[in-house]
Amino acid sequence: MLRDLLSRKRSSIVEKWFDLLLETYPEDTSKFLRREKDPFANPVRNTILQGIEGLCDEILKEDESPEALNAFLDKIIRIRAVQDFSPSQALAFVFFLKTVIRDVLGKEIRENHLHEPLLLLESRIDEMALRAFDVYMGCREEIYELRVGEVKRQREAAFRMLERSERAAKKRLEKQETSSRDAD
Amino acid sequence: MSSEELDIKPEELLDFDYDPPQKDWMDPSVAFRKGTYCYSAAPKNLEYLGLPNPRDWQPHDKDWKLPPDWKETILDGMKDRLSKFRSFQLFMDICVRCGACADKCHFFIGSGDPKNMPVLRAELMRSVYRNDFTAAGKILGKLAGGRELTEEVLKEWFYYFYQCTECRRCSVFCPYGIDTAEITMMARELLNLVGCNINWALEPVANCQRTGNHLGIQPHTFKDSLEFFQDEIEDITGIKVNLPINKKGADVLFVVPSGDYFADPGTFTLMGYLMLFHEIGLDYTWSTYASEGGNFGLFNSHELIKRLNAKIYLEAKRLGVKWILGGECGHMWRVVNQYMDTMNGPADFLEEPVSPITGTKFENAKSTKMVHICEFTADLMQHNKLKLDPSRNDSLRVTFHDSCNPSRAMGILEEPRYVLRNVCKHFYEMPENTIREQTYCCAGGAGLGTDENMEMRMRGGLPRGNAVRHVQMKHDVNRLACICAIDRATLIPLVDYWAPGVEVTGVHELVGNALVMKGEKERELSMRGDPLNEMEDDEDV
Repeated sequence: MLRDLLSRKRSSIVEKWFDLLLETYPEDTSKFLRREKDPFANPVRNTILQGIEGLCDEILKEDESPEALNAFLDKIIRIRAVQDFSPSQALAFVFFLKTVIRDVLGKEIRENHLHEPLLLLESRIDEMALRAFDVYMGCREEIYELRVGEVKRQREAAFRMLERSERAAKKRLEKQETSSRDAD
Repeated sequence: MSSEELDIKPEELLDFDYDPPQKDWMDPSVAFRKGTYCYSAAPKNLEYLGLPNPRDWQPHDKDWKLPPDWKETILDGMKDRLSKFRSFQLFMDICVRCGACADKCHFFIGSGDPKNMPVLRAELMRSVYRNDFTAAGKILGKLAGGRELTEEVLKEWFYYFYQCTECRRCSVFCPYGIDTAEITMMARELLNLVGCNINWALEPVANCQRTGNHLGIQPHTFKDSLEFFQDEIEDITGIKVNLPINKKGADVLFVVPSGDYFADPGTFTLMGYLMLFHEIGLDYTWSTYASEGGNFGLFNSHELIKRLNAKIYLEAKRLGVKWILGGECGHMWRVVNQYMDTMNGPADFLEEPVSPITGTKFENAKSTKMVHICEFTADLMQHNKLKLDPSRNDSLRVTFHDSCNPSRAMGILEEPRYVLRNVCKHFYEMPENTIREQTYCCAGGAGLGTDENMEMRMRGGLPRGNAVRHVQMKHDVNRLACICAIDRATLIPLVDYWAPGVEVTGVHELVGNALVMKGEKERELSMRGDPLNEMEDDEDV
């Protein structure tokens, strides 16, 4: 029953969840994120919306796919992990879904006594939050790895340059030795 | 559970506020969070260049150890530049805040920080201009959009003007033609006056001044490196290519960014140049004095641009060449195309560039006497002067990232594409509003491509990464070609984060792969030393 209600209200849940998420940005930014629809002029909007829609669809399923959940969470979190948010600010959007469901379906839930399925659903949202934490940490670790990777590449390039010089010096020495032998 | 209990909203139970504070833009306070700014320039580099206020400090320190008269110095510097550079005065006055540029900056798009809107970034300086240099501002102050220059404002300048890559995408959309990059350049000049500079932008300048290139590579090491690449080419092709260095009386002086002989994948592009010039029998020379095409002076001050850039003409004169050819570099071309002629010209001792192979006159380079390698190679291809086997690049599915400066500051749009289409069969464009004049920056240009700034680079790199990811998903693109040494370094982590699986390449690396040389042995290896057949196998995996 709750699942049917959620399916019927999918679009307004997506819309409200997306809206709440956009409100975590400064006003000028959220205006832009709402207005510009071109996916390449406004990749943040496009990618986050894809993530929100995907997560909604997964949560509506009886058995969500962990891979799909992670992939949709990654879309949103990969962006928020590098933006100017604390970890809690970056991930708060997951909990917004609870607020949205209560707002959109509160009346129907009360009327139809759907408290138990709601509790189950909220537990699944909590699970999603735990997943979100893992995804966030994964992204942050990637940033550190990129940083280390860059330093390593520079170091490697310097070593290679040194090797090239050593090789050249060796070649010069060999040449000198050959020519002095020839002179003898 | 009662309905009342249901009214408890979960966020009320959470002990944090997820709404970021909505600050007024006039509030200058910035938090220097690690990962989002570049470290200060080492005092030894300032000392070497004779720049003011060398000292140990970091942006996250409370005390920036500014000179006591710092405010006066900045305002005097501003006054001086307003009178010297008409464009600066104009750019301060004519902006009507229409907002056309607002959502065009890759840092704004990726970060969502409103102060990365070019109009607002410029406003950080304009507000001080209004306060101290306009009648309305002097009388009305804040009401007229004026702000007093305080230490907080100076720190804010540092944070945001070293967060602009001077890519000039915003300028493309400005109806008044305001070049916002030049506002950043002015801000950085002023910051330099009180010793607020960043090491990644300044150390290359000091090195370049001393040894001729960013990395401080000395002439013998430069020669050793080129000889090494000569040997590598011999291993791959069986041909020992010519390697003229400091050759007096050569027709052409060839200048590249030092990244090309320092680090992969630039080195593969350099091997491509060597093979090409050998194959066509070009009478040219490398130089150990003009061993740097890049010019990080551009990211500090016009005075430093001029100092470093002078070496190219001086060397051309010393060696007695006819004209100059330049490699795959980004901001070098902004300097060459927009400043070299007036700063260090006229180069009346050089000839108007003519390709000795095709007879083509490069009329666009009539004044600077310096030709872009992609124009030169495209011309060779158009005249069928090269034998090419594009199937050697068959395992590569290539897209092209227009490097900001060659595209927007010079109009090099078609040539690299023409070259790529001739040397590989699988070429796919990214969406229209992410390429050519509208190209998105790598977010590591203008001296910001350092590891400590990685988080900020990933923010700014998002729009480019998103477009690369799109062609990766749609066309299985696995190579991102570009014609800039900074790109070849900074796009690597960018694609690792936003479009993992894509590798970065220079255009002339692919030319080197496809070039069929007279008398070459059967080619089994790519420029990278990968077996060509195995590269093909990769595609089936």
